[in-house]
Amino acid sequence: MNRLSAITLAMSASLFAALPAAAVEAGAPAPEFTLSGPRGTVNLAALKGKVVYLDFWASWCGPCRQSFPWMNDMQAKYGAKGLQVVGVNLDAKRADADKFLAEVPANFTLAFDAQGETPRRYAVKGMPTSLLIGPDGKVIQVHAGFREEERKQLEDAIAAALK
Amino acid sequence: MHHRTFAALLLLSACLAGCSVFQPPQPWEKGLLAKPEMTLGGDALEQRFDQHILNSKEAAAGGSGVGGGGCGCN
Repeated sequence: MNRLSAITLAMSASLFAALPAAAVEAGAPAPEFTLSGPRGTVNLAALKGKVVYLDFWASWCGPCRQSFPWMNDMQAKYGAKGLQVVGVNLDAKRADADKFLAEVPANFTLAFDAQGETPRRYAVKGMPTSLLIGPDGKVIQVHAGFREEERKQLEDAIAAALK
Repeated sequence: MHHRTFAALLLLSACLAGCSVFQPPQPWEKGLLAKPEMTLGGDALEQRFDQHILNSKEAAAGGSGVGGGGCGCN
């Protein structure tokens, strides 16, 4: 192979360097993660057997501010039945997340992922994105955004998963 | 073509090919874009200044009614 075609091959191979992750859809197993949180390490495998409501949030995201009181309600209401709400923060700066949490407290498990590795593996397409993961570790539903009219459907899905 | 010119052009195109690896920001990386300063009509005072300058210097009026822009949050 001559020099020119070798260079062309190398350049075209570099185009494939940044392929997106396969979509995490309902029915697929939820990708594993281990992150640090304010109350210790958060590991998804350790939560197997519980219904996990995994929420990706950030301090700059308006709907996240509205979803926190609702998630606190869900944790309080269904926690005893086996629900665990896990909020993964995606702020680049921890100070922003801390400021948000001082204004909007969270009564559920929190984890921090400033590098953005977990949302990449989950193929997150909007902020906030929440996934309902069943006790077997499989994704039940993926939901982007948080609007007033969607609260009921989300709560119904949680209640149905806990049956 | 002089072989040195050819080598320089080849090096330049190899460098530019690296630009194809750039991706738009991921949804969780849009923190800076979500700041109020980044909206089209963020600073009302600055908007009035711009309007006044356009009116006085170019005798132009209007065209700055409804704002737009979106970065996925709403």
